[in-house]
Amino acid sequence: MSETRILEVVYRVRRFHPEKDEKPYWQEYTIQVEKGATVLDGLHRIRETTDPTLSYRYSCRMGVCGSCGMLISGKPRLACNTQIEEVLIQGNLVTVAPLPNFDVVKDLVPDLAPLFEKHRAVRPHILREGDALDPEPGTEWLQTPQELDRYVQFTYCIRCGLCMVACPTFATDPEYLGPMPLAQAYRYIADSRDGGFETRREIAGTAHGAYRCHYAGECSNVCPKGVDPARAIQLLKREFVLSYLKVIRHRGKASRSEGPIAGAERKAGVPEAPAYTIEQKPLT
Amino acid sequence: MKETRNWTWHIVAGAFIFVFLGLHMIVMHLDDVVGLFTSGVGATDWESVLGRSRMSFFAVTYVLLLGAALYHGLFGLRSILFESNVGRAWQKAINVLFWLGGLCLFAVGVFQAVTTFLHANAAVG
Repeated sequence: MSETRILEVVYRVRRFHPEKDEKPYWQEYTIQVEKGATVLDGLHRIRETTDPTLSYRYSCRMGVCGSCGMLISGKPRLACNTQIEEVLIQGNLVTVAPLPNFDVVKDLVPDLAPLFEKHRAVRPHILREGDALDPEPGTEWLQTPQELDRYVQFTYCIRCGLCMVACPTFATDPEYLGPMPLAQAYRYIADSRDGGFETRREIAGTAHGAYRCHYAGECSNVCPKGVDPARAIQLLKREFVLSYLKVIRHRGKASRSEGPIAGAERKAGVPEAPAYTIEQKPLT
Repeated sequence: MKETRNWTWHIVAGAFIFVFLGLHMIVMHLDDVVGLFTSGVGATDWESVLGRSRMSFFAVTYVLLLGAALYHGLFGLRSILFESNVGRAWQKAINVLFWLGGLCLFAVGVFQAVTTFLHANAAVG
């Protein structure tokens, strides 16, 4: 049986209760954790053994939901995805603060409403014929593996907001859309099923959109899923420019599947998808 | 769409400047090595300057390079000023001022290039 190593670490946590405190302050906690423990494990230990008033947001604990983004030892990271030993400074110190560039709800909980508003603004879903949704939801669109490759990397985004925090442009321009929404705008523009290029260009091809990016590249450095939003923004600019110069034309060019796709027959033992729980109606 | 148009021409102007400023550097500073448009003497000698001034290629290139440099530079400066989060009224004022200033400078430059071309040809002809 392997030996469990115990670490004694000091958590320096940024605290703020908007109804009680005039300004944020730092509070230190000394805790013991096992080797391999994550920063989120350490926060659980503090709340369970020392201070139940400490607030932070988390959900999946496996780097999927994007809820536990924090400024850990000076860098935006997911608390559940970061081992304490990786971020120790000055020997045994870990600093934990809420994500900057957003208001604080309490302690380590940022108000991410502006992030989701900007995300919603770029229409992050398949659009057909300009601004319309798919008129026949439930049927298949054909797409080649090469067409999928154009955007699949950008579908891995978990909307954790770390890129928005690392972006120096977003820090100085609250109207800037930011790396996450712009990367998602590109993700749908590059999708052969999508026909909403003009709609998204009106939103993302503005002075506070893609053209505001200075390509600092920090968004890609901190992304926990390897999405590379900086690249997406450059590709987005290229799409806008080539479209303006009429080098390329944008329109959803994927076609509907008319019957079973060759080579995509259901394998034996794979169950049918369950029936819809609500009535499917074509959108008007 | 407006920003896309502005930014596209900013990039096109940048590429144009890169090529023709490169040509300028080759002509003016590599005359001993390349000897392009130098009439067999130094790039800044009278014969070379007069020879280039007579060529319509250089007259047109000067005008285009001037336009590209003014657009590229003023658009860049406008972007920097806009990024100071100035209000809508200031943005409008900056746009008008830069367009008027840019057009005035362009007119002066075009006058200079055209008169140089005409005088050089008249001097020889």
